[in-house]
Amino acid sequence: MGQRTPLFDLHLALGAKMVDFGGWDMPLHYGSQVEEHHQVRRDCGVFDVSHMNVIDVTGSQAQLWLQYLLANDVARLQSPGRALYSAMLNNDGQVIDDMIVYLTDSGYRLVVNAATGDKDLAWMQAHLNDFDVQLTAHPELALLAIQGPHARSKIAELVPNARAELIRQLKPFEGRQEGDWFIARTGYTGEDGLEIILPAVQAPSFFNDLVGAGISPIGLGARDTLRLEAGMNLYGQDIDEHVSPLVSNMAWTIAWEPAARQFIGRGALEAERDAGVASKLVGLVLEERGVLRAHQVVRIAEIGEGEITSGSFSPTLSKSIALARVPMATADRAEVEIRGKWYPVRVVKPAFVRHGKTLI
Amino acid sequence: MSNIPAELRFAESHEWAKKEGDLIVVGISDHAQEALGDVVFVELPEIGKVFAAGDAAGVVESVKAASDIYSPVAGEVVEVNEALGSEPEALNNTPYASWIFKIKPSDADADLAKLLDAAGYKAAIGE
Repeated sequence: MGQRTPLFDLHLALGAKMVDFGGWDMPLHYGSQVEEHHQVRRDCGVFDVSHMNVIDVTGSQAQLWLQYLLANDVARLQSPGRALYSAMLNNDGQVIDDMIVYLTDSGYRLVVNAATGDKDLAWMQAHLNDFDVQLTAHPELALLAIQGPHARSKIAELVPNARAELIRQLKPFEGRQEGDWFIARTGYTGEDGLEIILPAVQAPSFFNDLVGAGISPIGLGARDTLRLEAGMNLYGQDIDEHVSPLVSNMAWTIAWEPAARQFIGRGALEAERDAGVASKLVGLVLEERGVLRAHQVVRIAEIGEGEITSGSFSPTLSKSIALARVPMATADRAEVEIRGKWYPVRVVKPAFVRHGKTLI
Repeated sequence: MSNIPAELRFAESHEWAKKEGDLIVVGISDHAQEALGDVVFVELPEIGKVFAAGDAAGVVESVKAASDIYSPVAGEVVEVNEALGSEPEALNNTPYASWIFKIKPSDADADLAKLLDAAGYKAAIGE
């Protein structure tokens, strides 16, 4: 038996098909993964992502320490409420985890992945050095993502005035505390929406209220196809401790300036950059019928080979799409091997659908 | 509880088989489609291909994964359901009306006798 979120019993009551995800028993879907996907793109839906980890960073040197720990620079967060996306690297410049960092009134709030939580905390604690920093994990908090074009307006109708007002005012990539809730305008679907961090004891009744108000529960299956269409990396699949952000479509998250900021992994990244980055993460589109899957081989004529890191069927595009790591010189055509046969694919920027619109 | 029609025979690998004149019609069970989730692509066998009972004959791909379909009987493929090309979700919606291929069997009676009846299949999937 895996770990359970506070919503486990509710998922079962809603008819969820449960699967193991990083040691957690989580809902894969509640009937149809494809329907749930469309629901989020066209209206909105609610995801239980309480398996993810919330870590607060406080202390007089919280900023200085995060500037050392992370490849992105938290000094870019100009005012409380602002957020950024960053990788946490090892000394070889490879990705230990990716996360969202919010600047709060009392320090920083990190939201890291489910399966990596213990590893992340151990790494952070091992690198506290002499910094005046305190780390506080929050297993007593639940995390719900409500995503889709109508998510904010629907949630604003279901919460007290102060929270509704905050939900209306939040700009993209902002998050703020309101009472014992932390409400952020972030997500993992390529749609507008919210992520709400709240006490676990309140999560079942809030989730129930949302479902009662007609907001569909959405499983991890649709979460995966939504994030894939949005071209967002999944830790453990597209990125891990064997690849750097430079080969993961994450170069934009590396803050090279100021040059004096010595973050962990910087030396290795600079060496990789100066030697010439060998590969890149791209999007693939299969025009024929079939489904691209992780680990299928990608062949680029006269250039070399690569590998699919995530692949699935795109419900929005009604065709198969993938993320693949391929040689840097790859242009706009490649082939993928599916069960012994080679299929032509288009190579595109790794973002297929955003805000309901096709980008390819 | 999934739907298991009494008139069909089942392979443990979740295909159903039905006698239709001289031919055997093959599809996947309600239990199989439910386990697979949304079906998005069906790779049909080629007409004229000859299979032994238990040979991989095609592939059903759901959003989640690809699964082989095995021929429940030996024989030659004489017809395939091309309509699944544009409507693969028919396997989810009407698994027993949505056949995948038809086989001209080499020894229908012996092969069918090796398959499970509805009660046997029900027990095999733990229902």
